[in-house]
Amino acid sequence: MASIEGTILDFRRLDQLATGGTSLHKIDARAKVLVALIFILSVVSFDRYALTALFPFFLYPAVVLALGNLPADYFVKKVALFLPFALAVGMLNPLFDREVMARIGPFDISGGWVSCASIVVRATLTISAALLLVGVTGFPEICRALERLGVPQTFAVQLLFLYRYIFVLTEEGARSSRARELRSFGGKGLGIKSYGSLVGHLLLRTWMRADRIHMAMLARGFTGEFHALQPSRFGGRELLYLLGWSALFIVLRLRNVPDLLGSLVTGAPR
Amino acid sequence: MHMADALLSPAVGGTMWAASSGTIAYCSAKVRKELDDRKVPLMGVLGAFLFAAQMINFSIPGTGSSGHLGGGLLLTILLGPHAAFLTIASVLIVQALFFADGGLLALGCNIFNLGFFPAFVAYPYIYKMIPGERPGQARITVAAVAAAVAGLALGAFAVVLETASSGITSLPFSTFVVLMLPIHLAIGIVEGIVTAAVVSFVYKARPEILQGAIEARPVAGPPLRNVLLAFLAAAILTGGVVSWFASGNPDGLEWAIAKTTGKEELKGPQHGIHGMLAALQEKIGFLPDYSFKKPAEAKSESPGTEGGAKPKREGSKLGTSLSGIVGGLITLLIVFLVGFLLKRRSQAA
Repeated sequence: MASIEGTILDFRRLDQLATGGTSLHKIDARAKVLVALIFILSVVSFDRYALTALFPFFLYPAVVLALGNLPADYFVKKVALFLPFALAVGMLNPLFDREVMARIGPFDISGGWVSCASIVVRATLTISAALLLVGVTGFPEICRALERLGVPQTFAVQLLFLYRYIFVLTEEGARSSRARELRSFGGKGLGIKSYGSLVGHLLLRTWMRADRIHMAMLARGFTGEFHALQPSRFGGRELLYLLGWSALFIVLRLRNVPDLLGSLVTGAPR
Repeated sequence: MHMADALLSPAVGGTMWAASSGTIAYCSAKVRKELDDRKVPLMGVLGAFLFAAQMINFSIPGTGSSGHLGGGLLLTILLGPHAAFLTIASVLIVQALFFADGGLLALGCNIFNLGFFPAFVAYPYIYKMIPGERPGQARITVAAVAAAVAGLALGAFAVVLETASSGITSLPFSTFVVLMLPIHLAIGIVEGIVTAAVVSFVYKARPEILQGAIEARPVAGPPLRNVLLAFLAAAILTGGVVSWFASGNPDGLEWAIAKTTGKEELKGPQHGIHGMLAALQEKIGFLPDYSFKKPAEAKSESPGTEGGAKPKREGSKLGTSLSGIVGGLITLLIVFLVGFLLKRRSQAA
């Protein structure tokens, strides 16, 4: 239960990373959102046995991590937390797919193991792309980018509201949860009965808070949209960023660079 | 319950993205038309509430384990289907970006699985049918449990369908169904009981909130039909286009490029990176086809030719897989070095 506070802290940290001032942070959010999407699409479009062909794609997270001056250990840890899930899903593959695909020395490697490894690599790449996008852009900027890319305004505005109040409400939830825990010796009172009224009270407080927020905003002239202090522009830099990465992803998708490198080094047949 | 990017093919992910964004557009238009300007802030704040509520655990009697609220059904009961769908979608977006639950490509699937079924199937067709005008505790509980079970089971089934049609995992369809459904039935029962507990508390304390949510629903037209039609159109369009592209060739992207350029693969002229790669490739006489991929393709496409296709490649398999592994290691090393050097530079600057 102490992990609620931990989760909130972790959330905060990712949020604050986005306030960095590197050249990567200054690029318009639309370009970064699109590049992340193209990256993920290229990675998942490989067939299920692709493994080494995926490795060059680590270049993107590595470069973003470096240029965005983000703490590598933090992201590695965050991604590593999710790998057990990917592994759990992939672990079933070796059971069902036993056909031998490759041989290294005395070991036969079945298709199942290759596709299992492929799932883990895919998961690493796609998860780090999503986390790094937030780390280098920030959620409010992403919302604005989505709105300018054509997402309905109603949706974008309530997404921003959601984000603003997550911190307030999770802290309130954590406080109530801790209070309940302190009153429930030996776990009694943690059941559904008290849960219903605890969450119900939280809900009612939230509802009234929403009313007050709305009135306060109306009093300050809210007309249904948020304004940015500095509307960023989609200029040449953004175009370069978008086209550069996209071209690289397409080349990496169509050419198996590691195979090419490997055969150069080992002088493999063919 | 969250789908992961790693298990999705682009065709399935793209189709579900189209379906979910279509539904989001439709719901946004609906919410806008309701002209209740209180609603948008309320949706956002209730979404944040859902985060808080999901962090509070409760112990499940008799099992010794604990669970937390999913919340899709609860939001629908409070806000009505359209607003609830938008709120669930935004909660999932934040989860995908900050907690890497699912992923960006899987977002379309997750929004659909966790938002569409509770909001547009379980709520109007199950939940609303049972409680009636003046619901008692028992009726609310029955309605919530039935609706939650139906919503979660449909969602779980959709996860199985999406995963199976992506074909990344080798898990057979029936095994997957048998694994997924019982678990989600159990989760659905718990979710229903918890939802009922919260709803009946709110009903006792502030009945006007629930009353208001029911009345705020626009009366015009059956909402499900429109949503279903919009979804169907989007799915047929993208699914049709994408699977048409993908059919006959598992590498949809390569095929699409062959189609648009009229060539098997992009071959730049003498200059450019492609020309360079091609020249390099000719020099060392290496055919850039993945050694891992070929037998798999032969296997999945036509089991009959498998025997004929295999022996031919047997000889080169060891060589190419070795070079693939060596090349992979070199690539990772290069990536690491690039990252390291850039980091040094950006710290020095």
